[in-house]
Amino acid sequence: MDMMDAERIYRENILDHYKRPRRYGRMEGADAESEGANPVCGDEIRVWLKLKGERIEDARFEAAACAICTASASMLLEQVVGKKTRQALGMGRQEVLALLGINPGPARLKCALLPLEVLKAALKKPASKGGGKDAGKG
Amino acid sequence: MALDVEAIREDFPILRRKVNGKRIAYLDNAATSQKPLAVLEAMERYYRTCNANVHRGTHRLSEEATDAYEKARANIAGFINAQPEEIIFTKNATEALNLVASVVCRQAKEGQRILLTQMEHHSNIVPWQIWAAERGLELGYAEIGEGFSLSGQSVLEGLSGSPLIFSFTHISNVLGTINDAAWLCRKARQAGAYSCVDAAQSVPHMQVDVREMGCDFLAFSGHKMLGPMGIGVLYMRRRLQECLPPFLGGGDMISSVGFERSYWNAPPRKYEAGTPNVAGAIGLSAAIDYLRRVGMGKIARHEKELARLCVERLEAIGKARIYGPKKRAGLVSFNIGSVHAHDAAAFADGEGVQIRAGHHCAMPLVRMLGEAATCRASFYLYNTEEEVERLSHAMRKAQRALG
Repeated sequence: MDMMDAERIYRENILDHYKRPRRYGRMEGADAESEGANPVCGDEIRVWLKLKGERIEDARFEAAACAICTASASMLLEQVVGKKTRQALGMGRQEVLALLGINPGPARLKCALLPLEVLKAALKKPASKGGGKDAGKG
Repeated sequence: MALDVEAIREDFPILRRKVNGKRIAYLDNAATSQKPLAVLEAMERYYRTCNANVHRGTHRLSEEATDAYEKARANIAGFINAQPEEIIFTKNATEALNLVASVVCRQAKEGQRILLTQMEHHSNIVPWQIWAAERGLELGYAEIGEGFSLSGQSVLEGLSGSPLIFSFTHISNVLGTINDAAWLCRKARQAGAYSCVDAAQSVPHMQVDVREMGCDFLAFSGHKMLGPMGIGVLYMRRRLQECLPPFLGGGDMISSVGFERSYWNAPPRKYEAGTPNVAGAIGLSAAIDYLRRVGMGKIARHEKELARLCVERLEAIGKARIYGPKKRAGLVSFNIGSVHAHDAAAFADGEGVQIRAGHHCAMPLVRMLGEAATCRASFYLYNTEEEVERLSHAMRKAQRALG
């Protein structure tokens, strides 16, 4: 019973990806990019992609977000580089939770899924030079 | 004499619950409060014994329901030193503020100004934005100055433009800043502006007297003061009830209706269309009886002491950023080092400690602080020092794991 919820969620691999996020940092000359925010808790994330034909050649992100969101972005982008865009678009909640290895519970699900949402948005719209400003809503 | 917190806690069945195997420590009172048995029983008694629609029937039950509803109104009026007819029941403080915005702005002329402050909750920003867009009005914001307090100079500058209304919060739900409402109302009156006070965070925690304050409007919610959800109050000065238009149209707010036009009922019923939340009003009245028995002064002192201890414990962790003035209400907004507020709240939850993490429905203010989100612990009469210690313990754990 001493197994706390927080300790169940903040496992080694999640903390590792949070403290040393992979594929972190701005990308110049991206082919696609998107940003998103979770207005409830204030997570903000931006994703850049380099595309070659049907393939995701490179992916980067920057985030001001909680551990669950940051770790999810890090694991997700690591996973999709080299994959076909169609495969990435086919991913859903189950795939993300499998990557994380935990079910973060209903209150944190949005944190875990935000990176996938933003990745998909980037894949669906072409890059606009200078970047769009559509994060944050009331 | 200090509060007998252990005796008080006995009256709140929910506080016996456990979360993650730990006794619950409910520190999210600025969002909503828990309800004592006296409130739950008063509402149940109403539904069991005299439920009927009010102001309509000529039968016994309707008379009893009307009587209970109007007694609740009188009790609530007395609590803030208003006349019963100056109390308008709404759904919550948000609806009360929307009511004010609607009745004031519908008569406004294009180009008139509305003055707010930088420390408002969304409910005292968005209704004004909606009406400003509708009627071509301008919005201004009095600024936050030194020490997380409103800048008096900025208020006076804002009022120098003779705005239609100055609407401000009594206590900031993010910073815990206690504004000098009487001074702000006086300055508004001198500038020829209506004054409207968002008292959602003050009426539950301190003695508020609308005559002393001199406000034209004052809004608060029942659920933040031991009452049920779905009942709120708007105090509206008697004189204004006569000259301002109604809010919602429907039954009970009219004296007679024709196909072409209708005549309004006498206030406050002019502002209460449709079947009201009678059980909610009765529950809120019972909550006020409970608060009175304990004593508002004692409650305020107890909460401030917990907030002081909380600040002291968080500062001892190091790397804590604490937002709010030294002389604060019973709430503390903070972040610990690089730990995201949402993660900090998850660690608190692991210890059974319920705190809020986010922008607290005050996005512009939280952004001004340079944070995407903050943690907030907010106290009430049933909280204990031991609960503050548990919060501090959980924050140390979060700092160790994620900092």
